[in-house]
Amino acid sequence: MSATADGMHIPAAHGHDHGHDDGSKTLLGFWIYLMSDCLIFSALFATFAVLANATAGGPTGRELFELPYVLGETALLLVSSFTFGLAMLNMHAGRRQRVMAWLVATFVLGAGFIGMEVHEFAHLIHEGAGPDRSAFLSAYFTLVGTHGLHVTAGLLWLVVMMDQVRRRGLNDDTRRRLSCLSLFWHFLDIVWICVFTFVYLRGAI
Amino acid sequence: MAASNHVSHDHGHEDAHGSLKSYVVGFGLSVLLTLASFGTVMSGVVPHHLMMPGIVLFAVAQLLVQLVFFLHMGTSPGKRGNLTIMLFTMLILAIVVVGSLWVLHNMNANMMHPTFPQVPTE
Repeated sequence: MSATADGMHIPAAHGHDHGHDDGSKTLLGFWIYLMSDCLIFSALFATFAVLANATAGGPTGRELFELPYVLGETALLLVSSFTFGLAMLNMHAGRRQRVMAWLVATFVLGAGFIGMEVHEFAHLIHEGAGPDRSAFLSAYFTLVGTHGLHVTAGLLWLVVMMDQVRRRGLNDDTRRRLSCLSLFWHFLDIVWICVFTFVYLRGAI
Repeated sequence: MAASNHVSHDHGHEDAHGSLKSYVVGFGLSVLLTLASFGTVMSGVVPHHLMMPGIVLFAVAQLLVQLVFFLHMGTSPGKRGNLTIMLFTMLILAIVVVGSLWVLHNMNANMMHPTFPQVPTE
């Protein structure tokens, strides 16, 4: 270290690092949480894969799943991931109004996704293909439902963050929280890639 | 030294946030890979035995695209911790998923055939 040359700056820089926490530790901690969440999903995916053929004489995935509908859900979630990315870019640029606009867009798309999923579940249960019909459907509702609950939690978090940004503006706290929510939201889109591939598309083959 | 630190810090910052270009590229690739996945199964032009390898390939590709372009995973010093944690998680995930399928497939193969004729024991 060139401590002697820069002796004057080091305490200042040190103090600056402490005073202006960029939230990197919080983000690392949140990342560890996401990875543990990933393990929950891996257990649910493993369960579903094991039980995928245990239809107990009931309807199979090929008979139940409507791929164009699933493509619609996928499109909503993928576009919402993109709009959240745009919100984050505007956050780093300090443009509060645009952050709000993109967060609203993300919320609408996410709510649309949940609406489609609830409608899909209601349709399945109405047709007698509820979670109590077979082990396959129990595993299906648990896996897809858990993802849906995560997205719902993300929507609630979005509402809270929109309120905080509206009232407090873009300070260190709201930026750090939005960064965590951004990781969460992108992570849910990544889980959905596995859902539409290994549940819907594989089921339809 | 302080100056060079500052520059590298800024650079790391830029990497960590991504840019409009990286989001647009990531979104475009994700759309293409999603359409490729659904097209593989829905179009009917892909031979049946190639469907499963095809959709797995497109899914893995899209996972990587979103990790790099949306979650900004990379090997820059500030990101190595996240990457290490993720790789460890992938290892555990692989053990859980592959292990479950392997063990239960074996159990199905060895213990779940009531229609098989009983082997005489005498």
